[in-house]
Amino acid sequence: MAYSQKVVDKFEQTLKNPKEASVGRWKPGDKDFHRVGTGIVGAPACGDVMKLQIKCENIDGTNKIVDAKFKTYGCGSAIASSGELIDMLKGKTLEEAQNISNQEIVDILELPAIKIHCSVLAEEAIHRAIDDFKSRRNND
Amino acid sequence: MNTYYFDYASTTPVDSLVVDKMKECLSVDGAFGNSGSRSHVFGWKAEELVEEARGNVANLINCDPREIIWTSGATESDNLAIKGAAYFYSDKGKHIITSKIEHKAVLDVCRQLESESYEVTYLEPNNDGIITPESVEAALREDTVLVSLMHINNEIGVINDIEAIGKIVKQNGSIFHVDAAQSAGKIPIDIENLEVDLMSFSAHKIYGPKGIGALYIRRKPRVRLQPLFHGGGQERGIRAGTLPTHQIVGMGEAFKLAKEKMSEDFKNLSKYRDILWNGLKDMEEVYINGAIDNTFPGIFNMSFNFVEGESLIMALKNIAVSSGSACTSASLEPSYVLRALGRKDELAHSSIRFSFGRFTKEQEVKETVDLVKDSVNKLREISPLWEMYQDGVDLDKIEWA
Repeated sequence: MAYSQKVVDKFEQTLKNPKEASVGRWKPGDKDFHRVGTGIVGAPACGDVMKLQIKCENIDGTNKIVDAKFKTYGCGSAIASSGELIDMLKGKTLEEAQNISNQEIVDILELPAIKIHCSVLAEEAIHRAIDDFKSRRNND
Repeated sequence: MNTYYFDYASTTPVDSLVVDKMKECLSVDGAFGNSGSRSHVFGWKAEELVEEARGNVANLINCDPREIIWTSGATESDNLAIKGAAYFYSDKGKHIITSKIEHKAVLDVCRQLESESYEVTYLEPNNDGIITPESVEAALREDTVLVSLMHINNEIGVINDIEAIGKIVKQNGSIFHVDAAQSAGKIPIDIENLEVDLMSFSAHKIYGPKGIGALYIRRKPRVRLQPLFHGGGQERGIRAGTLPTHQIVGMGEAFKLAKEKMSEDFKNLSKYRDILWNGLKDMEEVYINGAIDNTFPGIFNMSFNFVEGESLIMALKNIAVSSGSACTSASLEPSYVLRALGRKDELAHSSIRFSFGRFTKEQEVKETVDLVKDSVNKLREISPLWEMYQDGVDLDKIEWA
């Protein structure tokens, strides 16, 4: 599999400096955990599992994603796609985040056709995380 | 850092002694002639070299040189053996036995024969990846024309007991074909002690050139094949086509060297395998695919749970290995071999095959131990599955989306 240099770079940066690349998690009991939405997509048997968390703050009446973290089990492009998604999310409103399409990730990382499902997984992860956050907010 | 090559089961570099011999068969001042030319010295010289090489191949497995037929490689040998025997002996029956973990060069031929009204039984290996003689015996039928099994499995290195299986197959009066692409020159093969009728060989797995192989065809009792290639009647009409002298000479030299170096090579490979395994076995959630015993040490297949194989290969960027992960295959399916062992799909996705060879250095393997540990740890650090495992979550009980 010949990846673009962008996938390779993103993958290597993530491995080298996981914290900086937003690898991590918020867990129950953490301060502000009620303002975190979690989305887990994929399955071990399929070779890809992506866990995305978004932390939102209500700024001027709109929920904005102020921080995001991820962990991904999967091939190099799945890990790079998750990292790329994280970069896109920060600072976006939930509505803007909802509208991120997998094609943006495909374009940025120049994913080969056989790896497009990695970007689809990332798009699904953000939808799940937003849904989870919305369900959680009711319990504020 | 240099890139270390641990993919010898895929292919090997050509030994420089082999290269030297091959060079002598190409240019105008060398043995460039057509071995089929009976009318002049150029042809005679080429023929002499071809026959010397045939002798070297025969010598490695202790058979008569007349029982060796040149082919383009093990894939062609497998095709010729299986189709050739199935077609020639179709009067006896149309049932074939093979296993689920054969090389595609056998499985796809069997699939083709199924579409030609042959019936194929695909044996399941045991959990170590071995095809037991008992399972062969249970599958044999009166109309079983052919049994085709590999000697050493290319993905996991396990060795089948072809001596015991051969006896059972012979009792049934069926033809026994063995794909020895991974075993020839690596472990002893003495055809005198084996009830094997057909055996496939490849040169490039044992420091010879790509594009050349051979098929052993038993003479006593004589096994007959329907040819796949028709033409100038070379190889007694079983495989037509001008003989590629340089390739054949390369294979002969490689097989001669293999015989000389077999025990030394084997000793070194065992050492490398042990260094790797002893260095990694104390890590959490590490599995051997196959077995340590009854296994060729040059092929070692491991799974690092919660780490996907392709990402591990990417992290080990200066180490050339292969994976059973779906992501390294065009089909996006994880290794059918590992699945047939009863491994969970996730362990197949997490598998890495290390295969060592004659030019591997001890220091390279030692460095690799640390690199693998470091990469696996880093990838687990970013793996949600590892996190769940650490939290005590039973991953089998989760309903994955």
